Amino acid sequence: MNEQVTRTTPDQTVATPTGTSPTAHTAYLLGLADDALIYAQRLGGWLTRAPQIEEDMALGNIGLDLLGQARSLLTHAGGIEGQGRDEDDLAYLRDEREFRNVHLVEQPRGDFALEMARMLWFATYQHELYAALVTSRDEVLAGVAGKAIKEVSYHRDHAAQWVPRLGDGTQESHARMQQALVEISPYVAELTDDDPASGWAAESGIGVLPSALAGTVHAHVTGVVEQATLTMPDEPRWRSRGGRQSVHSEAMGFLLAEMQHLHRSHPGATW
Amino acid sequence: MSQQPGWPLFEVFVRAKRGLSHVHAGSLHAPDAPMALRNARDIYTRRQEGVSLWVVKSEDITANSPDERDSFFDPAGDKAYRHPTFYDVPEDVEYL
Repeated sequence: MNEQVTRTTPDQTVATPTGTSPTAHTAYLLGLADDALIYAQRLGGWLTRAPQIEEDMALGNIGLDLLGQARSLLTHAGGIEGQGRDEDDLAYLRDEREFRNVHLVEQPRGDFALEMARMLWFATYQHELYAALVTSRDEVLAGVAGKAIKEVSYHRDHAAQWVPRLGDGTQESHARMQQALVEISPYVAELTDDDPASGWAAESGIGVLPSALAGTVHAHVTGVVEQATLTMPDEPRWRSRGGRQSVHSEAMGFLLAEMQHLHRSHPGATW
Repeated sequence: MSQQPGWPLFEVFVRAKRGLSHVHAGSLHAPDAPMALRNARDIYTRRQEGVSLWVVKSEDITANSPDERDSFFDPAGDKAYRHPTFYDVPEDVEYL
């Protein structure tokens, strides 16, 4: 994380590498937090809809792990921002154009194969990410990463258990798993895109450049895919962009409406 | 829970902590043993109930039949001399 890095073209104010920049720091943390929060919300949508009740539990547990990571990261981001916003303010009272998650995690639930393809990519990315963040100069972030890496290592394993079973299963499961890899492929590159906030975070020893993780992530996923007797899809004809700039796809507004309406209708509701 | 053909039933045994034995906790469906172990982790140890898990295919367990209950267990009923209650235990022996 301390190596010399080339920053992508900054399109927003970014402080000098060694200085403090609450704006870039907060933006970086919100990117990490929003990925976890939005994917937790998507996984919650599987409850009662998984192939078996055992899988309901597994996906629910994984979603709750991610929600826990999001809560710690949002609370920390609110503290760095210094405007008195807590985790609920950040989760429930921001609008679509303030969320910094990648498009991959906001896409609607598809079939089970599509979810396993998405989880394989996302958990593998998160695993490499947290492994690098354990040595972050931001001690809170390093602490969250240290706890989360055990969780995401299980998420990655869960997907790595299912993808080969479906890929090397029946003719239909093989075809659907292969199709899922193709459908998810346009959303994968965005995970490891650099942006001004991650550029700043990497230079100041707080974060890691996403592009530095791309090779390891791709190699791990390729290993699982090949073990599953599947093939890595060709380069997709289009790819998603814009999540880290808070430009989202159609699904995001509907997701937020469902996720936020209770808190907005009944502020501070608890049970 | 729908019964899908090809998803066998597994029995789950959990060891709560070091030094204790594995205790039967329940059962679940899984496509194979490695997935059964992971399902067991998610269902039976999500509140830190255990430090070790065993899963066994239910069909691999040989159990006595309820019809055999009388011949299996009743004969032990009146054999009080099998209980170690006829020994004098010194007072300072704590664990016996």
